Amino acid sequence: MKRIGVFICWCGSNIAGTVDVEKVAEAARSMPGVVYATDYKYTCSEPGQQMIKDAIREQHLTGVVIGSCSPRMHEKTFRKTVESAGLNPYLLEVANLREHCSWVHPREEATTRKAIDLVRAAVAKVARNHPLHQGHIPVEKRALVIGGGIAGIQAALDIAESGYETVLVEREPSIGGRMAQLDKTFPTLDCSACILTPKMVDVSRHDKVTLLTYSEVEKVEGYIGNFTVTVRRKAAYVDHSKCTGCGLCMEKCPAKKIPSEFEMSLGRRTAIYRPFPQAVPNKPVIDREHCLKFKTGKCGVCAHFCPRGAIDYEQQDQRVTLHVGAIVVATGYDLFDPALYSEYGYGRYPDVITGLHFERLVNSSGPTGGHIVRPSDHKEPKNVVFIQCVGSRDEAKGVSYCSKICCMYTAKHAILLAEHVPGAHPYVFYMDVRTAGKGYEEFYKRATEEFGATYIRGRVSKVYPRGDKLVVRGEDTLLGKPVEIEADLVVLANAVVARHDAAEVARSVGFSYDGHHFFTEAHPKLAPVETNTAGVFLAGVCQGPKDIPETVAQASAAAAKVVALFSKDQMATNPMTAQVDPACCAGCMLCEPVCPYHAIRPETIQERVGGKAISRQVASVNEGLCQGCGACTAACRTGCIDLKGYTHQQILAEVEALCL
Amino acid sequence: MKIAYYPGCSLHSTGIEYDLSGRRVCQDLDIELQELPDWTCCGASSAHVTDHVLALALPARNLALADDLGLDVTAPCAACYNRLQVTRHELAHDPKLRQEVEELLGRPYTGRAAVRSLVDLVASVGEEAVRQRTRRPLRGLKVAAYYGCLLVRPAGILQPDDPENPQGLDRILAAAGAEPVEWPFKTECCGASFALTDHTEVVTRLVAQLVDGAQAAGAEAIVTACPLCHSNLDMRQETAPGATPLPVYYFTELLGIAFGHSAAELGIGKHSIDGTQLLAQHGWSQAV
Repeated sequence: MKRIGVFICWCGSNIAGTVDVEKVAEAARSMPGVVYATDYKYTCSEPGQQMIKDAIREQHLTGVVIGSCSPRMHEKTFRKTVESAGLNPYLLEVANLREHCSWVHPREEATTRKAIDLVRAAVAKVARNHPLHQGHIPVEKRALVIGGGIAGIQAALDIAESGYETVLVEREPSIGGRMAQLDKTFPTLDCSACILTPKMVDVSRHDKVTLLTYSEVEKVEGYIGNFTVTVRRKAAYVDHSKCTGCGLCMEKCPAKKIPSEFEMSLGRRTAIYRPFPQAVPNKPVIDREHCLKFKTGKCGVCAHFCPRGAIDYEQQDQRVTLHVGAIVVATGYDLFDPALYSEYGYGRYPDVITGLHFERLVNSSGPTGGHIVRPSDHKEPKNVVFIQCVGSRDEAKGVSYCSKICCMYTAKHAILLAEHVPGAHPYVFYMDVRTAGKGYEEFYKRATEEFGATYIRGRVSKVYPRGDKLVVRGEDTLLGKPVEIEADLVVLANAVVARHDAAEVARSVGFSYDGHHFFTEAHPKLAPVETNTAGVFLAGVCQGPKDIPETVAQASAAAAKVVALFSKDQMATNPMTAQVDPACCAGCMLCEPVCPYHAIRPETIQERVGGKAISRQVASVNEGLCQGCGACTAACRTGCIDLKGYTHQQILAEVEALCL
Repeated sequence: MKIAYYPGCSLHSTGIEYDLSGRRVCQDLDIELQELPDWTCCGASSAHVTDHVLALALPARNLALADDLGLDVTAPCAACYNRLQVTRHELAHDPKLRQEVEELLGRPYTGRAAVRSLVDLVASVGEEAVRQRTRRPLRGLKVAAYYGCLLVRPAGILQPDDPENPQGLDRILAAAGAEPVEWPFKTECCGASFALTDHTEVVTRLVAQLVDGAQAAGAEAIVTACPLCHSNLDMRQETAPGATPLPVYYFTELLGIAFGHSAAELGIGKHSIDGTQLLAQHGWSQAV
């Protein structure tokens, strides 16, 4: 005999303001199996939970229905509540009376009727719930961090400092990422390299960190606690175990005019190169595409001069297999191509540059030694126009979001310009100045008040050359007048966009991404560093635009999640997984391709049919991989896959309760 | 290739040399033009400031005529082209409006006939075809290709290659051997229909900017694909005493010269600013 208790939450006025909660509780009392029903102002509060526990004990309840907010919000909390009263935590159902009812409907009779229906469905389901028990799987206590920018470095350091082995994989020849390219950081104007390079060195020297630079993650298999990762180490054609980083090869390399990616093509590099002098590891790689030895077969100068015999033209890519328990994805971002705004002339006029170019120009270790000069004639610019929102907040260009960092870095550029070039005048065309952050508004004020930056609210319609100047035409929307500025240099704040191959990375590691290809967190508020795939965490701009403080905070948060996972020897698994009944499975394997987690594989079983031993193929679910999405149960033609906790019988009971 | 031809009012009057040269160039490129029977004004510069539905009904009537022929339609005039395209777009996206227009016209409108500008049409035949048809390449002739507003805006409807720095006209002219200059005012406004109002000073100012820009870029002539741009540039250039004004050509006129026609055949003598002199300097006036 079922004894079901129903608890209707007011959620303050969130539910009770629209739904007649007392009436819902009253209606619940006459539902089949219900022996107890009540309503309460805040069911999730301590006294609310105590009330449930007391009712379970006093009424000898065998199932509990709570009509409250979304189960995504408090299901875990309530599972613990019923468990502490001695009931199996899976004998609980949450009817979503807030997001699915009170928040989306007006205060009227029908809304209360819908709430009653939702409770009736939950009661019908809980009557058919069975106790479920968590399994346990061992956890490989080693983490993989993908991406060696500030996010990856911070996450790797935090995990390693907690005593766990960490592998940091970086695609480029050096770690450091975007932050290594920056000059100063807002709002304190700390030198970016001064705060980053010590961390780069720390992470490379840490005895718990294995650094794999010039490497890419090719394949990820397995599941939380037990991932198998294949990493391709790209051939550097330099044996880094022999190389001392003396730099003689780079001095002698005859191919000297290759545009440096790190310097945004404002500087040159050799074919055997390290991206920048503070690179970690401080050892070169050979760029095969530009190397004369690879292009023509002749040369070999670097091998000739290398005092350690470290050059190895025969080196091949190598594949390394890693076993890790958790993955932090910190793959960073790309920048919007401003040539898509042909009115700004980027790509046609050399003195129209981007913010990142400006960072290199103002950087004392950059191609001009920190002298701000025009790329065209190396003259010092006086009037510099900064254009905000190049791409950002422009749906016509496919970027609907705010890139978040540009307002602040442009204010910084204005200050740096005024500091570096006496008599220079920064002009900033903006849509809105967004300075939400500690000390940010004050920083922006300094740019205008102390450093004399002229902020013009409006868009630029055209940039074109007149003599050796660039005429910037735009509108001052506060004055309602067109403006024209003769500039020496134009700097575009181009939008932050996802890495060009972000979708590929997400698919190969196995988690989801949004329409802009930024990686999707499990919950925007309550699980901001988790992905929907257990054991995979996010850090930095790969999840969405953010500045350095936020990136570092998120990286530490991701590390904390990894460390929490590693703090246990075994990990409880979600018992709500798919289950195949091998007796009726026809082995058609239609379920295999629909499974987004690659959790279903064919398995051969032995049976006796008519006294004869036969072997046949059936589907088999790996419970560690299964996330309980239920896609396979819908695809199964014979209906012999059931999702524990959401069986066909349970769902049909809900449908019947709602519709019949 | 066969296509319906919508000359519009200008090409039968102030822009008759665009009509003459356009027809010859199309013939040379094996494009058969069939003039729409009984075509009427598209409303261009006045209808859309008077009445929205009227502004759509006028072009819709001409589009329906092209439908009857079962052909796509080309409009050499940029304003006609713009109105036809905008009409086609609006009626395709608003069934109610389309019904209203059909009632006004007293006939069905299907929207089957696609609209192409003459620039687009020639470009679609290909630069190679232009190059092959060219008998005397316009070697050494520096031109500023001027698109104006109406060939490229609104970009969402007209879908030009690049609304701020289009290339179609430049490519065609380069294929005929001319040297299109890189200049920043390709799509700036010439003042358009202000030339027909009391505010001609607006046109004079805007035309001066275009002419100065073309000259600064080293152009010897401006090349247009719009009769209104042409008359503005041709009639409202204020030249300092002693200076020579910049001749303004339709792109079809220069293609016609390259294809071997005489300046007289193409109607180049009809310009306000003498266009024949520059051609004579190059020895291109006569037919070859």
